[in-house]
Amino acid sequence: MHHVVIERWSRGSSVLHSRDARIKLLVTLGYLIALATTPGLTLARAALYAVPIAAGIQLGRLPAGALLARAAVVLPFSATFALFSVIAGDTARAVSLVVKSYLSAAAVLVLVGTTPLPKLLRGMELLGAPRMLTLVVQFLFRYLFVISEHAQHMRLAALCRGSGGARLRFRAAAGAVAVLFARSFGRAEGIHRAMLARGFSGETPALPMVIDAVDVLFLIVGLAAALALRVIPL
Amino acid sequence: MSERKPVIEVRGLRFRYADGTMALDGVDFRLYAGETVALFGRNGSGKTTFVHHLNGLLRGEGEVTVCGLPVKKENLPTVRRKIGLVFQDSDEQLFMPTVLEDVAFGPLNLGFGAAEAIEVARAALREVGLESLANKAPYHLSAGEKKRVALAGILAMQPEILVLDEPTTFLDPPSQSQLASLLRSLPQAKLIVTHDANFALALATRAVFFEKGKIVAEGSVEEIVERFQWIPRTLREREFTTHQAE
Amino acid sequence: MHIPDGFLSTPVWLGLDVVSLPAVGYVARRARRELEETRIPLLGVMGAFVFAAQMINFPVGAGTSGHLVGSALLAITLGPGAAAVVMTAILGIQAFVFQDGGVLALGANVFNMAFAGVLAGYLPYHFWGPRRLAFIAGGALSVLAGAALAIVELLVSGVPVPRPALLVSSGIFAVTALLEGLITAAVLEGIEKLNPGFIRKPEKTRPRALAVVGLTAVLLAAVGVLFASAYPDGLESLAESIGIADRARTLFATPLMDYEAQFFGSPWMQKAAAGLAGLALIYGVCLMIGRYVRRQRRA
Ligand SMILES: Nc1ncnc2c1ncn2[C@@H]1O[C@H](COP(=O)(O)OP(=O)(O)OP(=O)(O)O)[C@@H](O)[C@H]1O
Ligand SMILES: [Mg+2]
Repeated sequence: MHHVVIERWSRGSSVLHSRDARIKLLVTLGYLIALATTPGLTLARAALYAVPIAAGIQLGRLPAGALLARAAVVLPFSATFALFSVIAGDTARAVSLVVKSYLSAAAVLVLVGTTPLPKLLRGMELLGAPRMLTLVVQFLFRYLFVISEHAQHMRLAALCRGSGGARLRFRAAAGAVAVLFARSFGRAEGIHRAMLARGFSGETPALPMVIDAVDVLFLIVGLAAALALRVIPL
Repeated sequence: MSERKPVIEVRGLRFRYADGTMALDGVDFRLYAGETVALFGRNGSGKTTFVHHLNGLLRGEGEVTVCGLPVKKENLPTVRRKIGLVFQDSDEQLFMPTVLEDVAFGPLNLGFGAAEAIEVARAALREVGLESLANKAPYHLSAGEKKRVALAGILAMQPEILVLDEPTTFLDPPSQSQLASLLRSLPQAKLIVTHDANFALALATRAVFFEKGKIVAEGSVEEIVERFQWIPRTLREREFTTHQAE
Repeated sequence: MHIPDGFLSTPVWLGLDVVSLPAVGYVARRARRELEETRIPLLGVMGAFVFAAQMINFPVGAGTSGHLVGSALLAITLGPGAAAVVMTAILGIQAFVFQDGGVLALGANVFNMAFAGVLAGYLPYHFWGPRRLAFIAGGALSVLAGAALAIVELLVSGVPVPRPALLVSSGIFAVTALLEGLITAAVLEGIEKLNPGFIRKPEKTRPRALAVVGLTAVLLAAVGVLFASAYPDGLESLAESIGIADRARTLFATPLMDYEAQFFGSPWMQKAAAGLAGLALIYGVCLMIGRYVRRQRRA
């Protein structure tokens, strides 16, 4: 499954990987906001906005080709609306839609490619996200693999029995999803028991995170760069 | 041995699942300090259900006492600290994002500081020979590695009693003997649910046999294995003859 | 349909972030208090379930197939609060890990799918109880509400959508919605067969608050769609004439204008400061609403 790729990137090591997750989150948000609020994005400014992405890929020792290709998943959606804009005679908007959505996706990829999800979630938590939500996301990610494997089996099972008409196959698929639901439910119960067995009582103290001087510098430079991109006259 | 106080004592334990399945139907059982007991039984005979009663994950009718403490709501934290339970399904047990964090989960819950918890976790991983996997995600481990990490997660809590639900499934023969010698070196009382007669013969001082939610026989491992023909070789022979008959 | 970044105008994404993110925090905290702690792994695993269930195809004839979206199913099995939390978690993973939906647009996507979608999926069941028609209606409404809101947001943001495209996509949404309804009902019936009694009668607590919020969202969506498909140009010119985007921009900049001028000479420094202030403002508002709500609940 392809989320594994991102995970492998995120467990690498580089200057970007060792930055505090909160700092990286804030800088990424700064970049995204600057980009999103830029009116009438020209190609020249778009090129300027591509610079931090390139820098991020370089600093984070990320595979440029693979990352840029992954960011392209937004393109079908953007291209459709870009086409509408062109039809409506608004080419500037077409360019802006494609460039903004693509660069935003690439920026998020640099963030998650250099920050393991647990750290990212911990960072969000320290920035004020409710722990309940980050825990749910963590469990979701942890069991995505396990449940997907079940689903893969159920899918095959449904396919195997799928020689009948569409109606029958529809029923078979519904049965498979229902079984998957019941198994997931049972699985969750097992997990909860395992947590209790190891002394869980509702709240496990999380490991602390520390911000160092390099982080602070990175934050200042990062946000300043985002603002500069937004406002430098071209 | 019988003069010593049992560390686990179970009397007349009954349990019915919500769907009506009578999973435990009057279990009487004792585990004494320092001994290792093998728990045999057919699939579905109630072994897992039984061990989940020992630390109050499930609560049925009857009495369960751990180190003299009855298993009831107010004693649960203490009981769970005393009993280390390795689950049959490691995927349920390994829920944290990395191996190290998972092993540290128990110690953190016991109130260890972060640094201390990490240290204890590393030591436990060393004990099961998997220190090199500390930063891996649990779902990328092989099934046998998962089992060993799950065991490390329990060892890190330094429990007084070890309960292992089928610890040898997925382990290759070298890992099985490693596990056997690791378990032999640990001083705790142990209850081991297993289908593996050889593993039990190598470790256990006593065996009990489960059937339909009850203990139907008790004795030395050899006796029980003999009586219930609990040796894979005979099974294989039988399978072979039925194959031939077809 | 998950909206990527770069599509919504600033007031739209910003407004929906400011509404949705604290609201999620509120729902999550309440869900945590109301449900037993069992629920945290449960909610995570159910999120994984929705992802995984999407791998199972439902044949609809003519060689095409669809799959479960899940908001109605979650709302009916877990309750609307928990379902909103799970959907938010799913959308978060999709935005960050799969680049499906933007990060700044997360508030909009959460609003459309985790709030409106879940509520629309829940309401029929809430009023009619556990019966097939309610399941079908719930599944269908959840998809319609989410899609309609997304389209309205795009149109209000000034993204041009030609009338034929709007009609075609309305048709596609209608089919998807019906399919989601049928899938939801079939799966729920399957679950009930596996575990009789699992799907209980809806609890009749706080019906009024729920109903009001839900109906508003659904109505908003419905009116939006009707309006949009009847007067596609009307909506655009409406957005334009109100000039939401421009007005908001000046709104954010004005209070800082004089102040800045005394400190920074160059115009780009002014804009920089305004941008930074904007950033701080969003964050501050989110935190403050969160705190306020928490204090309200505690009191
Ligand atoms: N959550 C549950 N709900 C209903 N019935 C259950 C549940 N869990 C187990 N059972 C039933 O209870 C009985 C005992 O199950 P248990 O898991 O304890 O068996 P086991 O001896 O551990 O089997 P195995 O050797 O396969 O692990 C079985 O008949 C099983 O179907
Ligand atoms: Mg078992």
